[in-house]
Amino acid sequence: MAAPMLRGCCLARRGALACIDGGSRHGRGAAIGCRSSGKRGRSSVAQQPLITAQKSGKGEHAWAAVVGLEIHAQISSNSKLFSGSQVQFAAPPNSLVSFFDASLPGTLPVLNRRCVEAAVMTGLALKCHINKKSLFDRKHYFYADLPAGYQITQQRLPIAVNGSLEYSVCVGKKRSQVITRTARIKQIQLEQDSGKSLHDELRSQTLIDLNRAGVGLLEVVLEPDMSCGEEAATAVRELQLILQALGTSQANMAEGQLRVDANISVHHPGEPLGVRTEVKNLNSARFLARAIDSEIERQINELENGREILNETRSFDCKLGFMPEPNLPPLLLYDTASLPPGADPQQVINIDRIREQLPELPSETREQLVQQYGMLPEHSFTILNEVGLLEFFQNVIKETRAEPKKVTSWILNNFLGFLKQQNLAVNESPVTPSALAELLNLLDRKAISSSAAKQVFEELWRSKGKTPSQIVSEKQLELMQDGEALNQVCLAVMEEHPQVVLAMKRGNPRAINKLIGLVRKATLSRADPTVIKEILEKKLSS
Amino acid sequence: MLGRTLREVSAALKQGQITPTELCQKCLSLIKKTKFLNAYITVSEEVALKQAEESEKRYKKGHSLGDLDGIPIAVKDNFSTSGIETTCASNMLKGYVPPYNATVVQKLLDQGAVLMGKTNLDEFAMGALGSDTGGSTRNPAAHCGVVGFKPSYGLVSRHGLIPLVNSMDVPGILTRCVDDAAIVLGMLAGHDPKDSTTVQDPVKPFTLPSLTDVSKLCIGIPKEYLTPELSSEVQSLWSKAANLFESEGAKVIEVSLPHTSYSIVCYHVLCTSEVASNMARFDGLEYGHRCDIDVSTEAMYAATRREGFNDVVRGRILSGNFFLLKENYENYFIKAQKVRRLIANDFVNVFNSGVDVLLTPTTLREAVPYQEFIKEDNRTRSAQDDIFTQAVNMAGLPAVSVPVALSNQGLPVGLQFIGRAFHDQQLLTVAKWFEKQVQFPVTQLQELMDDCSSVFEIEKLASVSLKQ
Repeated sequence: MAAPMLRGCCLARRGALACIDGGSRHGRGAAIGCRSSGKRGRSSVAQQPLITAQKSGKGEHAWAAVVGLEIHAQISSNSKLFSGSQVQFAAPPNSLVSFFDASLPGTLPVLNRRCVEAAVMTGLALKCHINKKSLFDRKHYFYADLPAGYQITQQRLPIAVNGSLEYSVCVGKKRSQVITRTARIKQIQLEQDSGKSLHDELRSQTLIDLNRAGVGLLEVVLEPDMSCGEEAATAVRELQLILQALGTSQANMAEGQLRVDANISVHHPGEPLGVRTEVKNLNSARFLARAIDSEIERQINELENGREILNETRSFDCKLGFMPEPNLPPLLLYDTASLPPGADPQQVINIDRIREQLPELPSETREQLVQQYGMLPEHSFTILNEVGLLEFFQNVIKETRAEPKKVTSWILNNFLGFLKQQNLAVNESPVTPSALAELLNLLDRKAISSSAAKQVFEELWRSKGKTPSQIVSEKQLELMQDGEALNQVCLAVMEEHPQVVLAMKRGNPRAINKLIGLVRKATLSRADPTVIKEILEKKLSS
Repeated sequence: MLGRTLREVSAALKQGQITPTELCQKCLSLIKKTKFLNAYITVSEEVALKQAEESEKRYKKGHSLGDLDGIPIAVKDNFSTSGIETTCASNMLKGYVPPYNATVVQKLLDQGAVLMGKTNLDEFAMGALGSDTGGSTRNPAAHCGVVGFKPSYGLVSRHGLIPLVNSMDVPGILTRCVDDAAIVLGMLAGHDPKDSTTVQDPVKPFTLPSLTDVSKLCIGIPKEYLTPELSSEVQSLWSKAANLFESEGAKVIEVSLPHTSYSIVCYHVLCTSEVASNMARFDGLEYGHRCDIDVSTEAMYAATRREGFNDVVRGRILSGNFFLLKENYENYFIKAQKVRRLIANDFVNVFNSGVDVLLTPTTLREAVPYQEFIKEDNRTRSAQDDIFTQAVNMAGLPAVSVPVALSNQGLPVGLQFIGRAFHDQQLLTVAKWFEKQVQFPVTQLQELMDDCSSVFEIEKLASVSLKQ
């Protein structure tokens, strides 16, 4: 379920939050909007979001919100971060647990190479500085799903720092203006995932499944550079796409492979930042934006009513500091220059090699689409944002002679429209790329009219297995190829409706459309309206 | 036979003078007779007899696995042994039967050793006779007149050794003579992929040379180890040992380890911190003791840990947690780490100045009688007994205690040699030479048994276990 591309900003429930730019403020309460700078073209601007509260009789006080994110992505690897047990979704409970995962006394962690490579790849893709030396720590707290009583993480010196995540916002009246925003990345660290606990209220017991305990996670910490729920959701979506392109995480939120915690505060512009609260474990793209915006709204309400913001998570925060993990030596990475001579390639990781082998990133893919297919930038976002749509698009392109722009238009308007209407994902579509390609080919060589094409398309959704050609012949939608016959029909219609012809002669624009309609009816919609219009106009002028 | 060296026994087995089963049964019988000493927590009689039987088969075919085949061994009860209860002498792990062998245990079994059982220790190895974390291989060795060897940190795998202080723990080897220790080290040393703190360099089994000429050797005597608490007897033996080396042509010089006085406190901070962390896993959920309370998870944790741990353990956990608190971390833990670095550097500097091996006492005095022993609290005792041994653990160096003489009370006294990191072989070579010079009498078990006969009468009382 892709988050919609950011349009203006912050559409939320009850209309309390609305875009300032071209939108309108509804009713009372706070209105949140992210105002565009008004500049044309792309720009990286640190936006000053403006949230205005309306208080009866007291005038307006502007509020600004600040959102930071901690994103946990499960690393896509065969085995866990520090042990050899398998990583697999939905396996029988406690079937993927090694002695180390169960914290049996005397067991020791052994670092998984693939996880380190995944961290380096992700750091490079996010323009981070890769620390050639990083350290592992223990973070202590007691919880049933944490067998050792501590989590091994990288707090002091993580593997990557100081990067940035670019995401794009569409603003403007027609939302056709693409603005790039940047969220700084504070750090990326490797750490263990915890197990799962299921609370059985009925029997007053808690069931623990340790399958997930010890799975490798990448924690990506984004600085509080975002200003509302939609910005955060867009940033998360972009990160998802990057991780999926790299193959370092499948980043499927529904399966818990990507989880987001948001840190949120509000303040008056020009004043210091407010008290932060945390919204934890958001695992749905859709609810992410809403949850964040709700929290912003709640904070504003509290403050406006003279109350304080309480940081509840902090009170449960473990007071124990970190302790270095003594069983893991410092993690040392090399580049080509610093690689020790004669080093066993199995034992060392070369950052330069990994950089060379980075696959194409989403931003590059989008740029390609724009260059190669003449697509508008905002369309390239939509194609990438919808799961599976890029592949679908590319498959159609392969099999059709139609112009890329035509393909784009059909995919974004017709195809995507039907998907949304029927609430389907791309991979659930009854229409295959081949089918659409065939349809576009028919249209391209003018075997059918565009309205006929739409009819066929509709039919394709309903009846599985039929090809467009089959539908065309069943419904007799082929365009009349016989020019002379069409000529005759036009003449006949004109003769039958002299008043309309007269109206046409007098310059009534609706008259010609009426005639076209009549001709179409007479030809059982098998004539191309454009061609009909041409013939009629010719006749008129003669 | 039970008083012979490893090599002697091994030769006897090969020549058929005694069979592994006979040897095993003799051992078992002696274990039963000395049961009042509570030396064993678990005696693995069935397992041992089975292993002895298999060893016998191999000897009959002439396919013995090596020097250790058929040799009875005992393993401290903080090493994980598959299928055999492993308790760390704690309620917390009562009934815990591990599903895997510690690497060092596996290596010994692969060599055909016969596992007699799991020996007693202070709960989680936290007593004055501590752990091989602060000297508990060397200290008991000195008190009992045997060789106690602590290898360099990183030389021998800790996988399966239930940890006390991960950054200092080392599996230690207790044997009758230095040669035997070298044989066992040869089998145990080497990189273990399951333990990321073991060094990668390959280790080859070696035979200790019999040194005859010590004129090229430089022995260092750390002056800070001459403390007022040192008993005059031990001091005198230490002196004699130094003179011995000198008279045989070695260079013997006084050296300084200036940060010695800080090592006890530093050790205490780091030890309790790591302990607090390592004990966090004992929550009664996955294995080991679980209390009967099931009102809530927190209540269950609290009761389980209160029931499962004794005072000493709980005290250390609390101390460690204190040092690990965010507001204390910098001032205690980090500071202690820095002091540790200084202590380690003291040794580096000394070894860099041409010293090959350091010679120090192992303990302040001979073994303390039980009645006197129980008078002081654990912390004081640890401070006293570990004073010569624990800086070595902080520096990760190899060290060995060699029995020297009997005290006026007739109890053994040992001296300690400390070597350069990963120069274990050199260290043991020097120790072997010294052992030959000293000719400490081999413990005569029969005499011991006769002396102990009076103790049989108060057998029930004499739970000489060091559990509180």
